[in-house]
Amino acid sequence: MAMHTDTTLPADLAELQVQIEEYARGHGLDFFPTIFELVDAEQLNAIAAYGGFPTRYPHWRFGMEYEQLSKGYNYGLQKIYELVINNDPCYAYLMKSNATTDQKLVMAHVYGHCDFFKNNAWFSCTDRKMMDHMANHGNRIRRYMDRFGVEDVEEFIDCCLSIEDLIDVHSPFIKRQELRPRFDIRSSSDDEDDSLRAGRFAAKGYMDRFINPPAALQAELTERRRQRVQDEHFPVEPMRDVMLFILEHAPLRSWQLDILSMLRDEAYYFAPQAQTKIMNEGWASYWHSTIMTRQGLSSADVIHYCDHHSGTMATSPGRLNPYKLGIELFRDIEDRWNRGRFGRDYEECDDLAAKRDWHRDTGLGREKIFEVRRIHNDLTFIDTFLTLDFCREHKLFSFGFNQEADYYEIESREFPKIKQRLLFGLTNRGQPLITVRDGNYKNRGELFLSHEFNGVDLQLGYARDTLQCLTRLWTRPVHIETCLEGVPTILSFDGTEYTQNQVTTAEAKASNV
Amino acid sequence: MKVERDQSRFRQIVRGKIRQNLRKYVTHGEMIGRQGGDLVSIPIPQLDVPHFRFGKNGSGGVGQGDGEVGTPVGTAPGEQGDGKGQAGSDPGAHMLEVDISLEELAQILGDELELPNIEPKGRSNITQEKTRYNSVRRLGPESLRHFKRTYIQALRRQVSSSTYDADQPRVVPIREDKRYRSWTTTPQPEASAVAIYMMDVSGSMTDEQKQIVRTEAFWIDTWLKSQYDGLETRYIIHDAAAKEVDEDTFYRTRESGGTRISSAYKVCADLIAREFAPADWNIYCFQFSDGDNWGEDNEASLRLLREHLLPAANLFCYGQVESPYGSGEYMRSLRIGLSDSNDKLVLSEIRDKEGIYDSIKAFLGKGK
Repeated sequence: MAMHTDTTLPADLAELQVQIEEYARGHGLDFFPTIFELVDAEQLNAIAAYGGFPTRYPHWRFGMEYEQLSKGYNYGLQKIYELVINNDPCYAYLMKSNATTDQKLVMAHVYGHCDFFKNNAWFSCTDRKMMDHMANHGNRIRRYMDRFGVEDVEEFIDCCLSIEDLIDVHSPFIKRQELRPRFDIRSSSDDEDDSLRAGRFAAKGYMDRFINPPAALQAELTERRRQRVQDEHFPVEPMRDVMLFILEHAPLRSWQLDILSMLRDEAYYFAPQAQTKIMNEGWASYWHSTIMTRQGLSSADVIHYCDHHSGTMATSPGRLNPYKLGIELFRDIEDRWNRGRFGRDYEECDDLAAKRDWHRDTGLGREKIFEVRRIHNDLTFIDTFLTLDFCREHKLFSFGFNQEADYYEIESREFPKIKQRLLFGLTNRGQPLITVRDGNYKNRGELFLSHEFNGVDLQLGYARDTLQCLTRLWTRPVHIETCLEGVPTILSFDGTEYTQNQVTTAEAKASNV
Repeated sequence: MKVERDQSRFRQIVRGKIRQNLRKYVTHGEMIGRQGGDLVSIPIPQLDVPHFRFGKNGSGGVGQGDGEVGTPVGTAPGEQGDGKGQAGSDPGAHMLEVDISLEELAQILGDELELPNIEPKGRSNITQEKTRYNSVRRLGPESLRHFKRTYIQALRRQVSSSTYDADQPRVVPIREDKRYRSWTTTPQPEASAVAIYMMDVSGSMTDEQKQIVRTEAFWIDTWLKSQYDGLETRYIIHDAAAKEVDEDTFYRTRESGGTRISSAYKVCADLIAREFAPADWNIYCFQFSDGDNWGEDNEASLRLLREHLLPAANLFCYGQVESPYGSGEYMRSLRIGLSDSNDKLVLSEIRDKEGIYDSIKAFLGKGK
């Protein structure tokens, strides 16, 4: 259990750590205390399978992950070099069998990540004691398994996990609304007239106009009507945090509520990592290469380092390597701000030759990249800093699926298209945007979700299975409005059967209330 | 570590899924082509946790490298920008491929069909030689040259003869430096078994029937292999005349002409007499036909069965595959002709693909 406390680093590595840490600080990196653990390949694969947390709750999916990782490792197809956990202190793992050059490189890389975790705004609301809380979640879930049976608990976890991406990544920073109490079905069974009658005070006839002014009564009535509509259709605004909505309104047992809320916390903890993959890896790669090439390498390390570094940066046609894209963008930004290639003068310069040789000794590069790492996420990073020149230099292209040929092919080398594709893939972490629209759909307590359609269909098989999981959480029929092959459609699951109905315009309007 | 618990839980779920779908797997021949060595990949439906996600249609991404517009970049590129890479899993197919060893598969098959373990007859004294590469020699074929040892030897020679120049570290092995991997052989005792498959390839057996035979034979093989190390398999095809062929020919040949089952029995009996002495070998015979034999041949067939094959074999299984052309006549004459017969003979009628499952159970359920 307490894996992260009982291994100490051997003397040579401990010395190395002190050295690398000093280099990292020297460059201005700022991080939580960092603890390195030395583990063998099997342990590393296991820890990686648990998303970095050796103390996580039990679930078959981790076993599956582990099997894939260790198979890949045993067949020599893949190897995990580095694993860091966003926590205070940071935990990082080193693989025993790695050569010293690798250990140096990994340490330098890890300090890049630790700096990023500590300083990037998107991580500012993450739980820095997650190591402890994960262990706590593990204990609680194990206890529920003992009490309610492994299969029941695991099946419930499966359902929760299928909606783990349906959270509102902005919500930690924003207070959107007051949390409303659970929907009470009885309150709407009141007689309409009663509940909609404005509160009149008793008054003599001649005084009535003054004690119960008609305007005020009218205003009160309107307010009550509005309130009434809200009660019938909740949430008031479409709600992105589907997990929270289920947590607040689904008829779950207390252990189920507890598990769902734990898994929601974990989802929020991991969300910034998915939002900053390119930046985070780019930043760490930038720093390992800077530290290694300026200070870390001995002459004996060079070849091994180059081999490893170029392996990490390798690109292949059908996949964008976040390490490579990230590091190159940071370098590009640094270069542009060093030479003053930004701002209005530069943008508006029409003289190509002057533009090419533009150099104004501004020297702001280093400062700029630190600022970038503090305030951006992948989406805004790419949006702000991906330029036409960069796209050309790095031979980026966009690819799309050719339905006739049944393969992906290069679609365009035009800058706007490439950027659009890239941004699309990063928007909402590359996942469909789903919101809760109504928790009392058709006044039957059914759950109505809506997919904010942006041109790409949902994968139908997955959508159906996810609906099934949602139905088990909600315990009533669940619907989702989306578009299939250009036709607005409502997919439904009622507990036993799927249905798929095209939406008429009238219905679409009604559901917009 | 506790990951083992989750791993075994995962395997348990996989086995459960396989078990649930076993009849389907057995029925469809799809995994037969998939075997590589001892492992088969089995497509398992939805073992991943479902999420709302984008379909393939209209999806795409950004890549890096050379190529013109229209250049293919693959059928399932990795998802970019995704924190957890699920390499190799094709999102469109909605399937997970799980590797499972044939042995484990056989075990599941055995459990599910309630097949008893086979009791091999007479622990035979036959030994087989097993080869292990565990030594190094100075002579050998170039293909077995041990690069590292050779190199070390050359380096050693150069250093000791002071021809090694540290500034120009060029090491060139000469003939005496070369080292080769070598092997030793050890004898291993083994209980031996052979499965002899006989099939009617006359015109009335269509591709559909043969596919059924192929699928059933795969499962029978899988089971027998789990019971015996180094199972031998032999194949005999026949129409009016019979011959022994290799596996590929067995499944591909289609002849026209009549049917004389006794010809196959004759070849089979000869084969046993020549190579598989019944005292030393566990012999399994499987015959597949649509049951359309030449009338006057039935008697000869039954005689061969009674006198030669049944006494030699552990088990003789006859599977009659229903075809639009066959009369199914032969099964009847077997029933009548060998009604007194011993329990070594198993008959099964396979109407269609769905029948394979029960047929296997009938054949192997005796535990012989």
